[in-house]
Amino acid sequence: MFRIVRAGQIAPGIKRFLIEAPRIARKHEAGQFVILRLDEHGERIPLTIESANREQGTISIVVQAVGKTTHQLNSLNEGDVIRDVVGPLGKPSVIKHFGTVAVVGGGVGTALAYPTTVALKRAGNRILTILGGRNRDLVILEEEMSAVSDALYVTTDDGSYGEKGLVTDKLRALLAEEEIHLVVAVGPVPMMKAVADLTREKGIHAVVSLNPIMIDGTGMCGGCRVLVGGKSQFACVDGPEFDAQDVNFEVLMQRNRMYREAERRSLESYQRSLHEDEARSETGACLMSGVKS
Amino acid sequence: MSPVKEPSANPLTLKERMKVPRQHMPEQAAELRVMNFTEVNLGYSAELAKREALRCLECAKATCVEHCPVGVKVKEFVKLVVEGNFLGAAAKIREDNVLPAITGRVCPQEDHCEGACLLHKKVESLGVGYLERFVADYEQRVGAPMAANAPASGKNVAIVGSGPAGLSAAGDLIQRGHKVHVFEALHEIGGVLVYGIPEFRLPKQVIREQIDKMREMGVEFETNVVVGKTVSIDELFGEEGYDAVFIATGAGLPVFLGIPGEHLNGVYSANEFLTRINLMHAYEFPKYDEPMVDLHGKHVAVIGGGNTALDAIRSARRLGAEKAYVIYRRSETEMPARIEEVKHAKQEGIEFRMLTNPVEFLDDGHGWLKAARCAQMELGEPDASGRRRPIAIAGSEFEIPLDLAIIATGTSANPLIQSTTPGLNTNKRGYIEANGDSQRTSRKGVFAGGDIVTGAATVILAMGAGRRAAKSIHEYLTTGEW
Repeated sequence: MFRIVRAGQIAPGIKRFLIEAPRIARKHEAGQFVILRLDEHGERIPLTIESANREQGTISIVVQAVGKTTHQLNSLNEGDVIRDVVGPLGKPSVIKHFGTVAVVGGGVGTALAYPTTVALKRAGNRILTILGGRNRDLVILEEEMSAVSDALYVTTDDGSYGEKGLVTDKLRALLAEEEIHLVVAVGPVPMMKAVADLTREKGIHAVVSLNPIMIDGTGMCGGCRVLVGGKSQFACVDGPEFDAQDVNFEVLMQRNRMYREAERRSLESYQRSLHEDEARSETGACLMSGVKS
Repeated sequence: MSPVKEPSANPLTLKERMKVPRQHMPEQAAELRVMNFTEVNLGYSAELAKREALRCLECAKATCVEHCPVGVKVKEFVKLVVEGNFLGAAAKIREDNVLPAITGRVCPQEDHCEGACLLHKKVESLGVGYLERFVADYEQRVGAPMAANAPASGKNVAIVGSGPAGLSAAGDLIQRGHKVHVFEALHEIGGVLVYGIPEFRLPKQVIREQIDKMREMGVEFETNVVVGKTVSIDELFGEEGYDAVFIATGAGLPVFLGIPGEHLNGVYSANEFLTRINLMHAYEFPKYDEPMVDLHGKHVAVIGGGNTALDAIRSARRLGAEKAYVIYRRSETEMPARIEEVKHAKQEGIEFRMLTNPVEFLDDGHGWLKAARCAQMELGEPDASGRRRPIAIAGSEFEIPLDLAIIATGTSANPLIQSTTPGLNTNKRGYIEANGDSQRTSRKGVFAGGDIVTGAATVILAMGAGRRAAKSIHEYLTTGEW
């Protein structure tokens, strides 16, 4: 059992959890992830570690409620427990002095890019950060990222904050005026694909962190295989970071859709059960007040 | 191999024994069991067990024992069954095998005890596996106390992996008085027994009971630890204070065929397909969260001829597959699966497409599998494995329409530990090098055994390695000599 030490909303539908996991905290390196399972009936899902505190034996994760498990996870609070957390898994990010690094974070992907950015900054790189989101609410960790960036730009799809447009528009502009040695992009698959296409065109090295469907996370099942450079690679042990331009994003998107129908059913039945619980407790409250009056 | 003349509780003469037919194992009817995941074999009654045990010829030279990878004293335990001393029989097995309820169900007895049985040459071999299962289940039902461990040695042993090799070593080491801590990467104890073998062949309850017995004996288990990631071998010796480490992490990464179309939706590794079903209970979706594509009315094939292949395709059948094929590039004679599983699979309507080899998976235009293009094979000269090499017949290619294809053609070494443990030697294929008798590796205090040394094999062979490792670890801990 893994206890949640702190839990807090950081944007609509996005929560940060501080979890007691001393073994994982001790070994964590930037770019690695955990797999967790909420309860006996839960599925195993991978989540990138945002940060780790070795002294306190805690790790933090940032979770956007998308499917059943992430909705259920985001309903948990301080003092609640998560049944299984295993990690740190995957290869750490390659951290060295590249020169100027552009970090592109899309939505909740920013939280995943954060530890890598911190490490890259520490390694003496000049960091130019571009954060993007559909709207103002979905631009997260701006303050944290700003602290480790030499410059920070924000774009929103609807123009409600920063520049109106896509992160790749801003990246294109930066590439035109700056000498950039590496681009790190973490976010929705279409965004990472766009970064891969753009950097390929410009001949600049780019890495992305992939988050495919995964079960064991140790290389045993092969469910997370992605086509990289025409070869099958396992995101859990060969990744999660890959050279952006080698990744076949169409196959990744297609494999991520494999259980869409079941996932939809699962989320709907979860939300229905929540409403039923609510309705029951409301009925209970009415009866109680009835008795009182 | 002359039968004994010592006094026996068996009232039958040798001739009479040979006339008793092998007692049939009661099983769920095929048409019923394809609709559920409950166990196929129902187990012997005491009466059936006694009758089967009577068939033992009590050979002076018990070849069954010699052929058992863990050395179960078959002749002695069967004699105790004849006498009706079932608990005695269970205790006798436990001297050499800590998981009798499991091996009684999944061991390929025809390759070991039953294959070596004198009766096998004349009529049908003694049902050693059935009898082993019976006494183990009896012991569980009645509840027998475990034999006491040796006095505490003060030594700590870490076991990496809770599959058959790890459990077998843990059982032997705890009895010898050492403190034993087992690390497991997944959230459940049992390794391949839990994620690989389906409920209908090895119920989870049986595994849990056997593990509980080991807990009673004092073995500690810790889940969610990936050694090589969560903690290194060096740290186990350093800050964690272990005196010896046994690496028993199993076979590892699934191997794909390397043919076009393997990334299509609907193409699975057997490990993933079985893990979803067994470990994650996808067949109980949505009660359990892990999803599985709906197989009702679908055409499903497994590629491969081992036990894993049959476990996968029989699971698919139970999930509603209308057509279920085993596609294997050699003939049925070369199939490595247990004979009983082949028989059960056929009863369940699984079609065997032998001498058939997929060369490409075809896209339905939406990223999903629609068919496998296959070549017809013929057998040529024997290859390195001693089996006749399958050769594609020119111009023989044809299509099998499929919604799902499960690849069960083998695994390769998982490099997690090797890559994080300096000084640990591996062979060309990435498996850990360990002495075949002592299971010692190139690192002092580190032992390895099971599939991570040999490549994919069977539960009982892994258990044999676990026993050898336990003996060798005990020697090392008592003498300090490497």
